[in-house]
Amino acid sequence: MSLDAVLDIASSALTAQSQRLNAVASNLANADSATGPDGQPYHAKQVVFGSALVSAQGATGVRVTGVIQDPSPMREVYDPKNPLADDKGYVTMPNVDVIGEMVNMISASRAYEENVDMMNTAKSLMSKTLTLGQ
Amino acid sequence: MQKIDGIFDLQQQLLSLRAQRQQLLASNIANADTPNYKARDIDFAKALALATSAAGAAGGPVELARTSSTHLAGATGESVGGVPVQYRVPTQPSVDGNTVEPDYERAQFVDNALHYETDLTVLNAQIKAVLTAIQG
Repeated sequence: MSLDAVLDIASSALTAQSQRLNAVASNLANADSATGPDGQPYHAKQVVFGSALVSAQGATGVRVTGVIQDPSPMREVYDPKNPLADDKGYVTMPNVDVIGEMVNMISASRAYEENVDMMNTAKSLMSKTLTLGQ
Repeated sequence: MQKIDGIFDLQQQLLSLRAQRQQLLASNIANADTPNYKARDIDFAKALALATSAAGAAGGPVELARTSSTHLAGATGESVGGVPVQYRVPTQPSVDGNTVEPDYERAQFVDNALHYETDLTVLNAQIKAVLTAIQG
């Protein structure tokens, strides 16, 4: 039944959007992490969405096809007192775009809400169908 | 029996088509942030006309038989109730190739859900009428 597929589609979207929220949280938390476990500054991470079939009848959901390192250049901050500074006094900081990440967060949470709403609609339609003829 | 069947036939076709359209619209909303995703929909009036016509009763337009899951769908492509699924023409296409317009899709989704509920209500009333006729 097609209304079942709506639930599958919405749940795939919820998973994808929550992964996006995870990436945003990680980026924002590490916006100033000049060094990580490997000694390198933190690289911003971005999720890439792709459409994916969730049922045999061609219902198209969403899937995270990969998590990529943000290709934008690292931030160089002049701070000669910092032990991580190079010989010119610059420290390489993460390439996290804080404002961009905030926008990303709002967009992801709105999309999440929208998909929850979609699930509720499908659920109420299905339960009304079940009480047909009573 | 044939007559009672006939009474419910239209509503049954309507519910089935509405449910399938709901699925398409759900895909569009879910993929609102997917690069290169193209929003899709069906011409509902055409689908209903076909479903209630003689051609629809015979199983829709003739399609090529597919004996393997790797076979292509042929010239007819993906269809709902025999009517081809079409791509929406966006008014404001985005740079990433996505043609979903969330506000429009949302409106269509709510509209379709409301129509589904209306069809259910009408079908319920018809069932009650038939029951009354049977039981007196």
